[in-house]
Parts: sequence; C-alpha cells; structure tokens
Amino acid sequence: MAFGAFQSSAPPGAPVASAQVQRKSPVALWLLLPGVLYLVLFFVTPLFSLVITSFEEPVPGGFMGEFQTGFRWENYVEVVSTYFSHIGRSFLYASLATIFALLLGYPIAYVIGVKLRRYPLAQALSLVLLIAPFFISFLLRTLAWKQIFSDEGFVVATLKTFQLIPSDAYLTGTPFSVVFGLTYMFLPFMALPIYTTLEKLDLRFVEAGGDLYANPFTVFRKITFPLSLPGVISGTLLTFIPATGDYINASRDFLGATDTAMMGNVIEANFLVLQNFPAAAALSLILMASILVLVTIYTRRSGTDELL
Amino acid sequence: MGSESSAKQFAEAGADLSLVGVSKRFPGFTAIDDLTLKVPAGSFFALLGPSGCGKTTTLRLVAGLEEPTEGKILIGEKDVTDTKAYQRPVNTVFQSYALFPHMTIFENVLFGLKRRKIRDADKLATDALALVELAHVAHRKPAQLSGGQQQRVALARAVVNRPALLLLDEPLGALDLKLRRQMQLELKDIQSEVGLTFLHVTHDQEEAMTMADTVAVMNEGRIEQMGAPEELYESPKTVFVATFLGQSNLFVGTVSGSGSEVITVSASGNELRVPVERAVAHRGEVTVGIRPEKVSLHVTKPTLTASQTMIGPGHVTDASFSGVSTQYLVEVPGLGEITVFAQNMSRGDHARLGDEVYLSWDIEHAFGLADAPPPSARFVSDTDTASVAVQEREKLEAELGEF
Repeated sequence: MAFGAFQSSAPPGAPVASAQVQRKSPVALWLLLPGVLYLVLFFVTPLFSLVITSFEEPVPGGFMGEFQTGFRWENYVEVVSTYFSHIGRSFLYASLATIFALLLGYPIAYVIGVKLRRYPLAQALSLVLLIAPFFISFLLRTLAWKQIFSDEGFVVATLKTFQLIPSDAYLTGTPFSVVFGLTYMFLPFMALPIYTTLEKLDLRFVEAGGDLYANPFTVFRKITFPLSLPGVISGTLLTFIPATGDYINASRDFLGATDTAMMGNVIEANFLVLQNFPAAAALSLILMASILVLVTIYTRRSGTDELL
Repeated sequence: MGSESSAKQFAEAGADLSLVGVSKRFPGFTAIDDLTLKVPAGSFFALLGPSGCGKTTTLRLVAGLEEPTEGKILIGEKDVTDTKAYQRPVNTVFQSYALFPHMTIFENVLFGLKRRKIRDADKLATDALALVELAHVAHRKPAQLSGGQQQRVALARAVVNRPALLLLDEPLGALDLKLRRQMQLELKDIQSEVGLTFLHVTHDQEEAMTMADTVAVMNEGRIEQMGAPEELYESPKTVFVATFLGQSNLFVGTVSGSGSEVITVSASGNELRVPVERAVAHRGEVTVGIRPEKVSLHVTKPTLTASQTMIGPGHVTDASFSGVSTQYLVEVPGLGEITVFAQNMSRGDHARLGDEVYLSWDIEHAFGLADAPPPSARFVSDTDTASVAVQEREKLEAELGEF
C-alpha cells in the first residue's frame, strides 16, 4: 500500500515485526469506529457519487447541465482526448515543483535539523520562519508573487536592465511562474518531514562513517541521505500529490495563463463554468487513479520497506 | 588509483601513537590537561578511569572526532593533529557500536574497505565475519541481532580494515559476564594475531588488567600512573590508583625515621615500615598502604621477623565467608577499620566476630603514597556506591549538625 511510506515500521516477515503484531481487542475496534464512520460518510459515499456522475449522460433535449443516470463510458475517452495536454502538464509541473522543493527543502531541513541542534533557540526560530508563511492566506501569498513577477515589477525590470531576458519578455502566465508558485507553496510540506527525520538522525552514524574512511560527501551519500529517506518520501508525496491537483497557481487569476492550465483548472471549469459534471467527475477519477498508480510505483521503487 | 597513499593500504603492523602536551578544553571545563603519552606499536594499551576522567575524550581526539585545544597527536611518525577522521589510519569500536541500520551486516563490514578501494573486499569482509563467528548473519540488518552479536560486528567492521591503531571505547560494556570474558579472550587473540596497536578505554579495572600490556590510570584529565598491570597493583603511587585498582588499607602518618632500606612511619602510635624504593615521599606526612590479601590475621600475638610489621590488637567487626577466602573487617584503635582477605586454608587462624586479633604483613608489600586519602571511604574507590553512600551520609550529618 502506497501510504505505508508514511510509517516507518519494520518490514513484514522480520522477527521484530512479528513481535509487534497486536492482538485485536474489542476496545481497539470501538476506537476505530468514529474514524471509519467519518470516512464512509465523507469519503466513500462522495467517491461513489463521483463514479456514478462520471457515467451520466445528458438528458435528451434537456438544459445545459442536466444529466441522467446511465453508463456513458465514452465520457472517459472524451476527456482524455480533449484534455490530454492538461494531464501531461499537471504531472510535469508537479514533478518539477517536487524536484525543486526537494533541492531547496533538503538543505533547509539539514541545517535546521542537524547543524542547529546545538543552538535550540536558533533551531526553534528557524522552524517558525519555515512555518510562518502559513499564517498568511495562500491566496494572498500567490497574488503577491503575481505582483512581484508582473511586467512593471521589480524582478522583470531588473532582469531586463541586465539584459538577462529580452526586452519583450514577461514572467506572469508562464510555466516558470506556475512551477515557481507550486514550489514555493509546497516547500514547507517538503522540508518539515525531512526535518523530522534529520532531527532524529543519530550523529554517531556520521562519526562512524568518518571513522571508516568516508569523506563528508560519501558520508552524506551513503549514510545521512539513506537514513533520511522516510522523510524524503513523505515530503515528495506531500508535495507531488496536492501539486498535481492544484488549480490556484496555474489559474489565470493567479500565476498562470490559458496555456498553463492544469487538470485542477479543467475540472474546476467543467464543474463550475461549463456545468459538464460527468466530464469533471471522469477527470477527477482519472487524476486520482493516475496519482495512485504513480505513487505506488514510486514507493515500491524507492524501497520503503528496505528502510530500517 | 593512488595506492601509495597510506590510507588506502593495510597497515603492515601497528604504529606508535604519541600524544604530546595535549589539552582539550570545553566551555566551562577542562577534559584533558596537558597529556603526554606514548603507546608503543603492537601493544595493548588500556586507559582506565572513572566516568568523566577524560579517557573517552582522549580516544575521540586520537580518532579525529574532536580537535585538541593544544598539543600534537602523532601516529607512526606522522603528525595527524590537523587531519580529519577519515584521513587517519585509525578505526574505532564505538561504545554504542554505531552499526549502520540501513545496511546489512555484510555491507557494514564492507564499508571501510569500499571507501579505500581495497581489492578482494568481499573476501576480506567474509573472513572478518568468520573470525567473529557471525558469517551466518551476514545478510541480516543490525536490528535483528542481539547486543553481543552487534558488538562482534562492530569489532569485525573495525578490524577488517587492519588499521595501524584500533580504538576500543568500552566495547564490552553492554555484554553479560560470560560473553564479556569470551570477547576479552577473542580481542586479545585478534590483537596478537594481527599485531595491531590497541588503545582500549574502560572503567572496568579487571578488564583493563586482564587484557592490557600497559595500563594508564586516568583521573580528572591527567594520567595518575602508568605501567604494567602487576606493577600498578603492587606499587601504586597515588591514593587514587591504590583505591581505584583493587582495594587498599591506607594509614596516614608522619615519617619518624629513615634508614637506607626502610622508612618508618608512625601512625597513631603504630610503627609502620615501608621499603624506601616503594615509598614516593620520604619525609613529612605520608600515606602507607597495604593490600587486604597481604595482611595476615593472628588470634595470638605473633613473633615477628625483621621483615614484618604488626599492628593490633584489634577487634573483628565483620567476617564474611566467600568460599575461597574470608573477608574480615578489623577495628584497630587509632587506625580505623582494616580489611583483611584471608585464604581459607586448613591451617592458619580463623577468627570470629568480636575476637581480639593481631595483623601482620611483610614490609616488602607495603607502599608509601605521596598524597593523603579523602577523609571518608578509605577502602573503596570514589565511584563505589558504598563510598557515595558514606559521602552522602557525611553531608547529611554536617547539615543536621548545623541546627
């Protein structure tokens, strides 16, 4: 199961794991009940509703947005052929944002979790700084970036002055600004899980690596990074999954343009503007299924069950 | 591939280790104070001391995990003071083992060899695991092994690199007695087999004495005394050594006469004689010591030869039988309680609680120390629970006395 990535339990079959298997007691089942009820009510039921909607067909001669229950599987074929480029773009942007967030987030997490260990105050302050953006609505933050990247803004003007970009170039509404926005938005989601694992990293392993002739780079590659993999996997999943479905950054009202629209934008348009509910539902399910498949492959490949 | 560089080759033999005037100060305290030490190549050297005496810091300085505040560290003839841990031909068996949890046992042992690009690394790692009799767990993860097995893996992981110098940081601390004995013998075997220089840090005096050729007793960042185990035990030079290594009966007195061979110390009216060469100080106030097993117990006043000292009479205040020997506590007026270990031989005197007894010993076993013992806990080491209890009680009494 893909979400096993979030737990760092021992591999199944290991003697350690079998010892930890807990006996099923009625109390545990009762405690599970509220959660199960909640999920049935607010996840399973809507999911069924979504599946049914995705197969609906238009009422003959009906109004726009009027549909009846049916089994119109062509809905799926239509949305895939119509929105093929949006699907591809969603995964491309989300992957790029995940990579950039990892490249930026890992060093931040490392500095806070390892280098600042001896300075608890500095460590706490850095963590607050990392989380601070959450205190402002993400809509406001994204709008602020739109201003910063605007044609009359400081960034574009400076780049033009130094002739780093042509004089007719712009940043808003480009793939650059969308990926930038996604990276910015999900950076804390990447950095925090990595921080959590690095903060617990036993530095004696690092010392032992140095003692066994590994230079600092090799120690990082062979010891620190592998030991922080649970955090890296959590972070990449927490970034990649929501980023794929994101519709704020890529929206024309924020950092995107028509040609940067992602699946989220298309689903939003079909549900709220075009009122093509079956198409929107079919797209949602395709998005969900493809993320599930990708994440499963990813966690299998990265061998989370090999960790600890 | 630079096979000339020393770090990429196996050490042919152990190397000398020299510390020259090494100090290590942390904010607020001095862990090591002007330490000069030479560990000859191929020897098994033990740094012995209570926790907090600076022995582990010394080891970390040698390993390159800490930088000295002052002084130089030489391995072989090379000054390694400014080199990093990974550049030194040194391996450590860590107290916590520090086995990499995400690697198999085999990968752990292979790690150092791979870093130095040693040929036939796989075979060497297999051999090293066979040496510690753990070949069958090569493909398990450290978490699946018992503490004793992990300890042996840690040893294999260090020894496989044939370092010029192997550092052991209380490596046997977590083992039970039987395994400990077994590992002590194995370590000793490995050391004589591969001829490496071993630097062993421990607080266990028995372990240090059974394993090491040379023992350095450390206290408060300094070396109190250094020498062969027998020498340290038979002729301690300071109160700390006399009480930390085994037990000692200590008497404080003033030198009342000195000849060419013995000095005489009078303590509370008793004349105690010590060979001149076994006494550190020859005038003024000195401390005389005698090991409990060197003291003989007599129920009647014995006739002494010229080479014996006698004190008494005193009263037996405690006698505990422990099979091969009986431990007596004898209260001698003016000298306090004296511990005696008497062998349970068919002949010889046996005493019961409250009996009046005389104590004697050969002068050649007595030793003279320069410093005076602390007022309490004369027979046990500072870190002993009994000693701590005595100190706590004295503190409490002092406190109560104020009211």
